[in-house]
Amino acid sequence: MSEQSCFHCGITIVKSEEINFDDKNFCCNGCKTVYEIFSLHDMTCYYDFEKSPGATPKDIQGKYDFLENEAILAKVLEFQEANTAIVSLNIPHIHCSSCIWILENLNRIQPGINASQVNFPEKKVRITYNSDVISLKSIVYLLSSIGYEPYISLENYETGKNNVDRSLTYKLGVAFFCFGNIMLLSFPEYFEIKEFWLDNYKPFFRALIFFLALPSFLYSASGYYVSAYKSIKSKMLNIDIPIALGIIVMFVRSTFDMVMDYGPGFFDSLAGLVFFMLLGKMFQIKTYSFLSFERDFKSYFPIAVTRINPDTTEESVPIYDVLKGNRLLIRNQELIPVDGILISEKAEIDYSFVTGEAVPIAKKSGDKVFAGGKQIGKVIEMEVLHSVSQSYLTQLWSNEIFQKNVVQKHKTITDAISRYFTPILLLIAFVGFGYWIFIDATTAFNVFTAVLIVACPCALALTAPFTFGNILRILGKQKFYLKNALVIEQLAKVDTIVFDKTGTITTNKKANIAYDGKSISEEDNTIIKNVLRGSNHPLSRMLYDFLPETKRIKLDDFQEITGKGILAVVGDKQIKIGSASFVGNPNLDTSEIEKTSLHIKIGEQYLGKFVFKNQYRDGLENLFSRLNSNYQIKVLSGDNDGERENLETILPKNTELVFNQKPEQKLEFIKKLQEEGKNVMMVGDGLNDAGALAQSNVGVSISENVNVFSPACDAILDANEFSKLDYFLKLSHNAITIIKMSFVLSLLYNVVGLSFAVTGNLMPLVAAIIMPLSTITIVSFVTLMSNFYSKRK
Amino acid sequence: MSVIYLLISVSIFVAIGFFIAFIVAVKSGQYDDDYTPSVRILFDDETKITPRDNKPKIEEKQV
Repeated sequence: MSEQSCFHCGITIVKSEEINFDDKNFCCNGCKTVYEIFSLHDMTCYYDFEKSPGATPKDIQGKYDFLENEAILAKVLEFQEANTAIVSLNIPHIHCSSCIWILENLNRIQPGINASQVNFPEKKVRITYNSDVISLKSIVYLLSSIGYEPYISLENYETGKNNVDRSLTYKLGVAFFCFGNIMLLSFPEYFEIKEFWLDNYKPFFRALIFFLALPSFLYSASGYYVSAYKSIKSKMLNIDIPIALGIIVMFVRSTFDMVMDYGPGFFDSLAGLVFFMLLGKMFQIKTYSFLSFERDFKSYFPIAVTRINPDTTEESVPIYDVLKGNRLLIRNQELIPVDGILISEKAEIDYSFVTGEAVPIAKKSGDKVFAGGKQIGKVIEMEVLHSVSQSYLTQLWSNEIFQKNVVQKHKTITDAISRYFTPILLLIAFVGFGYWIFIDATTAFNVFTAVLIVACPCALALTAPFTFGNILRILGKQKFYLKNALVIEQLAKVDTIVFDKTGTITTNKKANIAYDGKSISEEDNTIIKNVLRGSNHPLSRMLYDFLPETKRIKLDDFQEITGKGILAVVGDKQIKIGSASFVGNPNLDTSEIEKTSLHIKIGEQYLGKFVFKNQYRDGLENLFSRLNSNYQIKVLSGDNDGERENLETILPKNTELVFNQKPEQKLEFIKKLQEEGKNVMMVGDGLNDAGALAQSNVGVSISENVNVFSPACDAILDANEFSKLDYFLKLSHNAITIIKMSFVLSLLYNVVGLSFAVTGNLMPLVAAIIMPLSTITIVSFVTLMSNFYSKRK
Repeated sequence: MSVIYLLISVSIFVAIGFFIAFIVAVKSGQYDDDYTPSVRILFDDETKITPRDNKPKIEEKQV
């Protein structure tokens, strides 16, 4: 391997730019500087933990000036009193143990930082610093200078300390504590040996058991009573009713047995039942703390923006304070937070956050610019037309779909079963009671309670959580991250799939480039490639990567004209690369305008143009033909229908293609399908799909980098796994099959238990055996089955 | 045999002690991040050793 990679960031080094420093090779000055900072502070063991862990620092001059504004600062800080301040910063680059090490040793680089602590799964660092010595702005600059630029967005503006709900952990802890101790103390009873001393201490043991069962009964199981009560109130029979009924009956009967000295009661089964069910609940919750499923525009938008006051002074203001008529200054790589009119002469705006389209759009002075675009290139000025909440894009969030907290859109499979289960159970209990009451009143009561106890659908209630929990983990490993277990059921119900076009079924990483024109000589190729090298425009970068490798030559002059193209001089030749009007294409026809292309002119000779076509994701055609047999497929696009013909050849015949869709129209489109009774899955990527994603039954967001951005949705899919979408859908169907199978299994247990119960033979020991046994078989059954199905492609 | 009252009571109190320790641990946020501490524990040794290793080198450079 002759290729050198950078000691700091691991990127392959371009030979001519290699920097040698301290016997190490670096790809650029930035990486070298970071290394210098670390070696100066005696911290080079950063490189010992992981090979090439760093990132190249970016130029952020002026980007964080807003942190000087006291009002903004107060919102960003987590805590501030006297001179101690605490801030929690989100740093997307955190990815390895070296990162943890360097960020937790910040105090050695920068005096004033007292302590810093990394939360790796959340990619956050919490820094405690002395605000007299150092400002937050300089900390942010320090972090950026070592390649750990924090991500500060509008979301940080409204952070109250959100309290983590740990009640389930407490409940589980209490349940386990009670269960373990009760089991231990119940042991002598299981053997029923008529031994003098055991009989002697029986009241003591039983009293202890009773008191130990109280916290489990009153606290741990409390969620089930609440849920059962709610479900009765809303007249929807859910699974929690028989559970709550079973637990209460169990407790009352056991207390009665104990007081009357009939037997030890079922406290052991009760504690076990509560514990296992809470365990199932816990297992079902699998959170990906590095992902967020609740993002709206606030996670994308900056917290502040530079305003130009009438007296030409510049000032950072929170973007909520931006009013109509204000003049704003937008720097390179900054996001435009509001709709407005461009004042500067030219601008190139990248709307990839919004539409997924990688190619920036050129705007002239006086053009409308919309919120959500990212400025590329020079500093621009704009005048505000609408405030933040009234902008074109942000208005989407005032749609009612974002307002109401959708409690539950559908009935779960467990609830569907329990609609029949509960009445049948009660029927059996009363029939048993009615039969025995004529024979023996005591037995009648025993039978009645025993039925309710033994039929308490523990195994039934555990089936879904364990299956979904396991499937959730399997999918997570394959980079399909679901918000929660309910999404799996929703996935299985989907019958219509709607895809966004740009950024979803096309990729913005690679472009399909075609050349049209006179043949390019070896020499011209060298010139073009070298001219493109200096440009940071996305199209130039794509074309640069597309052209064959050549040797380096020196450019005599290089100029990039925003919105037009590149003007360069090599030797005595002038080279123009850019738009048709800039290059002066002799035979321009209007149909060409819809296509993105770069025209080339060397000297006085027009060579031709490179046309950029959408590159569809790998395996798209196969995926669609596989999906087509089971689902209705539709494609929505915000673009014009220039790609229609091309798409029609790739996609199955009956695919509906809809073009020129605004964000609200996409939402309406989904709504209409739902009104026709369809279960819709929306697959999208940009912020303009956010409405459709929220409206759909399952909103799946495709993300090139799952750690960074994705709009609010039910599931996030890594873009590389896109072609496996049909497999994921199939797995969700299999999950439902597994649940149905194990429902049968758990009902069998209920039948066995009931046969003991109705004959009046339910011993506490039998109950204590049946319950854990059924639980364990169900759990192992569903785990094995779901693993089996996931392996079968 | 009445010692069994004492023994069982003691065992219950020990169990309660552990239970309280668990609750306190959860409350303090110990289980919120279960990855970083596992890495961090390996660092403490490194940071102590490296300064001693590297110091002479740095001094040489400065001279």
